[in-house]
Amino acid sequence: MSTTSITTTETPARPALPVHEGSLGSRIASGMATPGGAVFVLVGVLLVAIMVSNPNFTDPGALIRFAGRTAPIAIAAMGQYYVIVSGEFDLSMGAVIAAQVVLAGNFIGQDEGRIIPGLLLMLAVGALIGIVNGLVTTLLKVPSFIVTLGMMLALSGLVRYITGGAASGNPVDAFRDIGRGGIEDVPVVDIIPFPLIILAVVAVLSVWLMRRPFGRTLIAAGDNPQSMHYSGAPLWSYKTRAFVLSSLSATVAGILLVGYAGVHPSVGAGYEFTAITAVVLGGVVLGGGRGWVLSAAAGAFALELLFTLLTSLGVTSTWRDTVQGLIIIAAVALSARAWQVGRRPRRTTSSDPSPSTDNTATPSPNQPSTGATTGDN
Amino acid sequence: MRRTIRGTLASTSAALVVLAVLAGCSTDVEEPADSAAESTSESTEEADSGDEGEWFVQADYDEQDEQRSATFEGPESEPWLQYIDGEMTDTSEYNSGGAKKVCFANASVSNPWRQTGFITMNQQLEALQDKGVISEMEVRDAQDDDNTQLADIDYFISEGNCDAFVISPNSTAAMTPGVERACETGKPVIVFDRGVETDCATTFIHPIGGYAWGIDTAEFLVDNLEEGDKVVALRILPGVDVLETRWAAAEKIFEENGIEAEDFFTGADPTEIKKIITDALNQGEVAGVWMDAGDGAVAAIEAFEDAGVDYPVMTGEDEMSFLRKWEETGLNGLAPVYSNFQWRTPLLAVEKIFAGEEVPKEWVLPQTPITEDERAEYLEANEGMPDGHYAKFGGEDLPGFPEAWQDR
Repeated sequence: MSTTSITTTETPARPALPVHEGSLGSRIASGMATPGGAVFVLVGVLLVAIMVSNPNFTDPGALIRFAGRTAPIAIAAMGQYYVIVSGEFDLSMGAVIAAQVVLAGNFIGQDEGRIIPGLLLMLAVGALIGIVNGLVTTLLKVPSFIVTLGMMLALSGLVRYITGGAASGNPVDAFRDIGRGGIEDVPVVDIIPFPLIILAVVAVLSVWLMRRPFGRTLIAAGDNPQSMHYSGAPLWSYKTRAFVLSSLSATVAGILLVGYAGVHPSVGAGYEFTAITAVVLGGVVLGGGRGWVLSAAAGAFALELLFTLLTSLGVTSTWRDTVQGLIIIAAVALSARAWQVGRRPRRTTSSDPSPSTDNTATPSPNQPSTGATTGDN
Repeated sequence: MRRTIRGTLASTSAALVVLAVLAGCSTDVEEPADSAAESTSESTEEADSGDEGEWFVQADYDEQDEQRSATFEGPESEPWLQYIDGEMTDTSEYNSGGAKKVCFANASVSNPWRQTGFITMNQQLEALQDKGVISEMEVRDAQDDDNTQLADIDYFISEGNCDAFVISPNSTAAMTPGVERACETGKPVIVFDRGVETDCATTFIHPIGGYAWGIDTAEFLVDNLEEGDKVVALRILPGVDVLETRWAAAEKIFEENGIEAEDFFTGADPTEIKKIITDALNQGEVAGVWMDAGDGAVAAIEAFEDAGVDYPVMTGEDEMSFLRKWEETGLNGLAPVYSNFQWRTPLLAVEKIFAGEEVPKEWVLPQTPITEDERAEYLEANEGMPDGHYAKFGGEDLPGFPEAWQDR
């Protein structure tokens, strides 16, 4: 009687776990306090700073054009996010962009009929590069750092061989319009650039994808590959797909950049580091397991805003690389620490002081004391 | 609650720290680089004041300024054979019959200007092979690397079995010992384009030079702009003498005439160029664009189109992409020329040297900009050529014209 009464009274007493904790407002507030959320605050701060230093930037038209030209970097950053969150790196991104830009110039040229086949070819090449990167990393167990570095060099060499290092002609204007044009005569902002629309689509798809089992598994794979291995999930397949997404996003960035500016083998140079910096600035932890995909895109915006702010403050662009280097180091150091604070205390540094004081007070006869190389025996 | 506060603090302070560091750096940037004074010892002696920058040499500036209006010896229809009267090298010791082997140490073909020139050179080679002057030309491409080029030259000296050396140096100081070693073989050495710090070569072939480019372009902008107007100067990369002197001359003229010029390095990357112009337009009106090389000029013009503002007064280069865009937009511009036809001259010099004809010790080729009035003529003459082609390539009478330049 008493046992049954206990079980019946206890079950309803345990409240169902809520889907979300707290109200929407407090959830946003606590989200903003994580490194992944704080980057949005940073974007806001930088935006205000630019507007103050350069009032021309308050013009909605100027803002939307800025957003449009940052779209390729944000898309590349989201691609890099998949790879980083699963615990890997993709250094081949810039070379993929350069290869795709040169491919667009050579294959499409001035023939409008080749736009669709050209786009399909570029996406196929992008996917293939991702598959190679992914399979060599996962199945041959070569660190992704080396695999993608090799891929970067191989592609750069190929581009150099094809072009000799100089620009060839631009592809037809209709193709370039993807990266250069937009919906015109829009009230207030004047123009909505196509790259911004493509960025929005990619962002929505990315959020959806990260909420799917694929996204959850990818994060788990970055957080604890060992447990994922024991759970029986095909890690190689998930990581390979992450590399494919990264190469495809580099391809999309390449399509936008060839439209924005034109063909040159140096287009895309340094994009892998810009993307990694953006991802890190977005609070995504290098080594994987933590971070939000939209924070990576916000990181890209924050980075470009920072560069624009520096330009308007009169800092020469030759300092860009230095800035980027400092940001990578500072953001990795601080965001890793910030995430750590949010974690549950580790068992080794238990908050309960009694066991540790016990240890120092009465050391076990078999344990070596601090500084000693051997124990009692 | 404590964790959330610390989290925000940590990441926002990360950004603030970076900002603060940079704000600190920005004050140092303005300082002129005086450390470079040692590297070019002559320049400090000859420069009239120290603050002109490391690349400005007043004597060279004055010399090239004069040469712009000098009379050139030789037929006007063949500008690649013209030269300014001066010291000649006696080559009677090399007078000999038979086809010779030429060894060419090339810095690179990594820009459209060099690619166009290299095609012209190969077509000139074909013509001279048909004449029985040259048997073959062995080419080594250093891919923009000093060490590679030094190794290339040493390979030619020891194993190349060369009758004459042609060297297009990658950089001035680093290539000097290589050229000296080639001279020590006693065989003819021909240096062209970028210079070296020795006069041991049989002949040094080059157009007038970077100062002349800078004077032509800056004077054009000054004439077409008002005092206080803003000019964006787009530069490919620092540290190459033929590019640095272009800017050194232009900067001096801009300063003297109250033109507010700001320079940026672009790496010829059109994305960078477009960003720089767009940012500058966001800052305020841009009245002029100056370029130290025309590669990427189209991206610069497109930035004005995309921002929906008036075209600037602009100087590009005689690259077809710029000439075409210039005509299409009708902007007020000038196409300075760094004479691409100089790539023909080294092989023609080889012909002269082995015939015992004297050649100029310093072979200064004409270098005249293309004005708006002449533009149509050059566009017509180069119809069907790719965008990366240079209008003054000077190969119209060579075998393989025009297909060799069209299919690249």
